[in-house]
Amino acid sequence: MTASVHRDVSTAAPTPDVLRDLLTTMWRIRAFEERVGALKRADEVHGLIHLSIGGEGVAAAVCRQLRDGDAVYSGHRAHGHAVAKGTPLDRTMAELMGREDGLCSGMGGSMHLVDVAHGFLGATGVVGGNIPLALGSALAAKQRGTDAVAVVFFGDGAVQAGLFTESVNLATLWRLPVLLVCENNGFAEFTPRSAHTTVERVSDVVAPYPLPRTTVDGNEVGEVWSAFSELLARARAGEGPALLECLTHRLRGHYEGDPDRYREAVSTEDWQRKDPILRLQRAGHDAGWLAADEPAALEAAARAEVDEAVAWARSSPFPAVARAAALVESGGAR
Amino acid sequence: MAREITYIAAIMEGIHQEMSRDEDVLLIGQSVGGSPEDPFVAAFGPDRVRVTPISETAEIGMAAGAALAGKRPVVDCTMAEFLLVAMDQVVNEANRFHYMSGGRVTAPLVLKAGYGFTAGWAGQHTGSIYGMFMGVPGLKVALPSTPADAKGLMATAIRDDNPVLFLHHYLLTLETGDVPEGEHLVPFGQAAIVRPGTDVTLVATGWTVHRALEAAEELAADGVSVEVIDPRTIAPLDVDTVLASVERTGRLVLVDQATRHASVSAIIAAEVAEAGFASLRAPIVQVTALDAPIAYSKPMEDFVLPDVAKIVAGVRRAVDATVPHDAATAVR
Repeated sequence: MTASVHRDVSTAAPTPDVLRDLLTTMWRIRAFEERVGALKRADEVHGLIHLSIGGEGVAAAVCRQLRDGDAVYSGHRAHGHAVAKGTPLDRTMAELMGREDGLCSGMGGSMHLVDVAHGFLGATGVVGGNIPLALGSALAAKQRGTDAVAVVFFGDGAVQAGLFTESVNLATLWRLPVLLVCENNGFAEFTPRSAHTTVERVSDVVAPYPLPRTTVDGNEVGEVWSAFSELLARARAGEGPALLECLTHRLRGHYEGDPDRYREAVSTEDWQRKDPILRLQRAGHDAGWLAADEPAALEAAARAEVDEAVAWARSSPFPAVARAAALVESGGAR
Repeated sequence: MAREITYIAAIMEGIHQEMSRDEDVLLIGQSVGGSPEDPFVAAFGPDRVRVTPISETAEIGMAAGAALAGKRPVVDCTMAEFLLVAMDQVVNEANRFHYMSGGRVTAPLVLKAGYGFTAGWAGQHTGSIYGMFMGVPGLKVALPSTPADAKGLMATAIRDDNPVLFLHHYLLTLETGDVPEGEHLVPFGQAAIVRPGTDVTLVATGWTVHRALEAAEELAADGVSVEVIDPRTIAPLDVDTVLASVERTGRLVLVDQATRHASVSAIIAAEVAEAGFASLRAPIVQVTALDAPIAYSKPMEDFVLPDVAKIVAGVRRAVDATVPHDAATAVR
């Protein structure tokens, strides 16, 4: 196998039904994230919160093609990936509100969401720490002889960490069914990529390794879908790992409350050009698969579902503090 | 049926038997499975016995991910200091997942590493660095001192659903002892009273257990009866056995090869000072290494470390410093 850069992603274009599905998921994430931001400002969601507004297209297009048996790992900006992978909005919201009925009983929070039933194996809060974990899930899938894969989402900031290169080396050496999905939003926390590295494209960082690498416009959801589809098929067929770099934009600061003085504000016009939801809706209208009134209906449905999730989460109690040390260790053994 | 084998052979026998018992157990490391004749490769094949590049973070993180996915990897990390390269993966990922997920996932992972190689290996290969792991939530730490315990603690570690740091002492590698042939499990959190006594409680781990036993023998000739306790695991730590012993003896001497301020002895001293103060008839004595790296020069290496003479002196100090029990209780 030779290293190759795939930039032509015209193959395997998503059908209108798939695109409508993706749009629905993107609205669910957008409505969820905007509400989390508001709840954070109202102190109903406490703690450190990183929103994924602007990145919905990548989460939706990647996770729509996965099964519950495929493992997904995410990082500190995890809500969108979790929702796209199928975690229920109510229990996800309850977790962010630190409630007993949250995905992790309120013990993990925003940066540590886990939902085993939906294959969301987990979010980790230390940049890049999730990448080798995904390799382990991929190894387990391969050893069991299944065609399951592991997917790990990370930002361009993680690529400068040593463990990224270590993991790419090990994944290619062992031909693990792991898909490395980099959301390159141009900023590593508070710093532009140009201040961290001389390599512009993440896909070029892995150039010496024998794995397919593709860079796509992450705001163009159909493009992400097609590129990932091709890489996923290879991984399921036992042909090993791949890297997908998605160029995205983070509308919010690094975290909620970030004064965001390190970058210029995007003008409304610019954002409307970039916004993956608006772009998909424009494309849908142009191509004729999306009726004029459908976006408003999708948005309203998503916001109603989030309202219900918030009400449900509010009705859940906080976990009993007496159990604060009860789950440090598992009592189990084989 | 027990027979005499070396400490390292006992460890590897424990791993081998667990790999036979459970096909999810994997052996991973930078120097494992060197050839098709390797007994692990021969028995279990190259899919379960995997050599890795010198990439501690990816290696340990990958094993942690496999554990989250239901495998039970044993990672041979070679030396305890090499764990430092991958600290996020050792103390901040697999060990936290059970807790952070509200108890929904487990990470049955064993990290095996040697420590304490005070044989001229100098500043970066000789440390007794278990102190920095014993207070890490979700991580268990085993420190076997005999071949039988080494096998039994390894088997227990592999079956445990939590990450376990299994630290074997390099100076014990070729020491021999009786080891049961078949299944042998040593429970975690249960100290062993390796020599009963009545005058002084002496707690030691790893290689220093044997130095403590030598010291006890020497002191017995002078009529001082020393009880020697080996905690065997320091997380969980069996404080109760130590407290019960101190209740009988009234004196506590702690031996530790670690730097004094990152030692198991400092933790035990604090626990006994708080919960066993009324039993103490003398101040607690700690015989530890200095708060210094281990020097290369042989005389300086010896000077830094605890040895039999220092342990004997420590016990004598505890015996000689005996205060009237009434005085001790009067302070309260």
